[in-house]
Amino acid sequence: MKLKKSLPVRNLLGRPVRTAVLVILTALLSVTFLCGTLVISSLRKGLGSLEARLGADIMVVPYEAATKSDLQNIVLQGNTGYFYMDNSRLEEIMKCEGIGQLSCQFFLASASSGCCSIPVQIIGFEPETDFTISPWIKKSGGGQLKDMDIVVGNDLNAFVGDTLKFYGLECHVAAKLDKTGTSFDTAVFTNENTIKKLIQSSVDLKMNTFTNIDPDKTVSCVLINAAEGYTPEEIINDINIHVKKVKAVQTKEMISGVSDSLSGISDITGILISVVWILGTVILLLAFTMSVNERKKEFAVLRVMGASRKKLASIVLQEAVITGTAGSIIGIIIGLIIIIPFSGSIENALNLPFLVPDASGIIMYAAVSVIISAVTGAFAAAFSALRISRIDTGLILRGDN
Amino acid sequence: MLRAEKISKEFIREMRGTNRFTAVSETDFNISGGELAVITGRSGSGKSTFLNMLAGLLTPTGGKVFFEDTDIYSLSDRELSRLRNQKTGFIPQGQTAIHSLNVIENILLPCSLYGEYNEADVKYAYELMERLDILNLENVFPKELSGGEIRRMSIARALIKKPVIILADEPTGDLDDGNTRTVFEFFRDISKNGSAVIIVTHETDSEKYADRVLRMNGGVLSENKE
Repeated sequence: MKLKKSLPVRNLLGRPVRTAVLVILTALLSVTFLCGTLVISSLRKGLGSLEARLGADIMVVPYEAATKSDLQNIVLQGNTGYFYMDNSRLEEIMKCEGIGQLSCQFFLASASSGCCSIPVQIIGFEPETDFTISPWIKKSGGGQLKDMDIVVGNDLNAFVGDTLKFYGLECHVAAKLDKTGTSFDTAVFTNENTIKKLIQSSVDLKMNTFTNIDPDKTVSCVLINAAEGYTPEEIINDINIHVKKVKAVQTKEMISGVSDSLSGISDITGILISVVWILGTVILLLAFTMSVNERKKEFAVLRVMGASRKKLASIVLQEAVITGTAGSIIGIIIGLIIIIPFSGSIENALNLPFLVPDASGIIMYAAVSVIISAVTGAFAAAFSALRISRIDTGLILRGDN
Repeated sequence: MLRAEKISKEFIREMRGTNRFTAVSETDFNISGGELAVITGRSGSGKSTFLNMLAGLLTPTGGKVFFEDTDIYSLSDRELSRLRNQKTGFIPQGQTAIHSLNVIENILLPCSLYGEYNEADVKYAYELMERLDILNLENVFPKELSGGEIRRMSIARALIKKPVIILADEPTGDLDDGNTRTVFEFFRDISKNGSAVIIVTHETDSEKYADRVLRMNGGVLSENKE
């Protein structure tokens, strides 16, 4: 026959306040670690996603767009907007040396539509030359787009099979993209023919600020990848010197601001995690030391009964592992309740790309949090157990320690 | 059965001018099965220190303690702990309950430290409780017990494994005269059954139950031959 519950469990149940304090402390460590690492990881994933979505070394835009920061607003902040340049510039750009891949994009901002409470950015691409959007559509399960087909970003309230109307023209939703955590999640993508029809319609309806453009003779931006043996900087210099009224921008530079902010936030979060962790560990150490001191007569009695040092340490460690595991699981639940439902609010507050890791990533971070929190608790307990087990039981019984 | 050869204990007192003092001077002692020895002496004379050294709970500064032919302080912690668990029953001074366990669980704890207790252990626990007049308290937790009840629970716990050596440090400190008599009579019966019993006490009445009476005075143990 055994005790109804093991001695460590009985000890924990017998001292509910002490147990609750230890569980809360471990939960605090766990929630800090999980939230902190998830925020950093989501920001990094968001930046990676943004880089992947931009997918080109260089963007060439009308000079006015670059100076007004329209491009960064559209690409990074999710603002709607559009600008155009004469496609004769394209031929001049193509003459520059070192161009590996080149594709044009066309921008248009929608008027309010059924899917959206606010206007959305419509981005058109050339299916034959595109190297940034098509792979993404393919990864999301979409195929070749027919005319008047559109692909919608993950945050838009539209689904495959829906029909959306832009500037009087009905468009068929052919695919919905995977979440990227960037402004592209609220954009609509379509092929060159469709966007040209939409631009023309917006001009016809006098809803486009560019009143006299010919969609067949304009593009919004040109995406370029450098050929092997050439650096983006060389091509950018070449374009900016030889092609008039355009500005070539390195995409890395565009997102350097985002990258810097991310780095700053990562550093601050890392410091906060470290501070909370160190404080938490010290408090746990104190809590276990106080608890072991308070119970040293009990431990002495266990030694008197024949408990070895190892047995004593095992009782204290089991208590720590139980409180540590319970606390870290509670911490993880709280952490996930904070991060997952409020990731949108966090993204808005930080104003940076924010892509929460997938389920396997979250499980991994949660498991690491549980292990680290439980190990920290066990370490604090082991330290106290070691200290008490080294004292002669006779001295404790005499009251000298 | 239990033999001490020239054991002594010195302590360091950090707050005193002379920082080293001798609690127990070099002492020889032995006790056989079936004997009951009572050690008396003034407070602070070194009785408890001596008893703790005999129990394997306090390493002597000098000398050796033998259980049968084994020097107990040469054993590993694991071996010495097993020896304490299986061969000795120690009743410490003061309140020594495990507060998360009720009375019957406290008494049976030595049986479940390295395994599980059996029906015979439970039966014997009830016999001990009956003999020590705490039978109706089996499910009560220590915080609800009086000092005397906790003391009798500690005695039952020390005896549950039917040890061959019993070492008791002021076992009747919290008990009234009636219960004191009961406990000493119980120890007398146990020693008649073959166990060696060493009791440190202030009780003058205890001498009438003893085979040997020893006196500790300023760390020096002497046998009372009267």
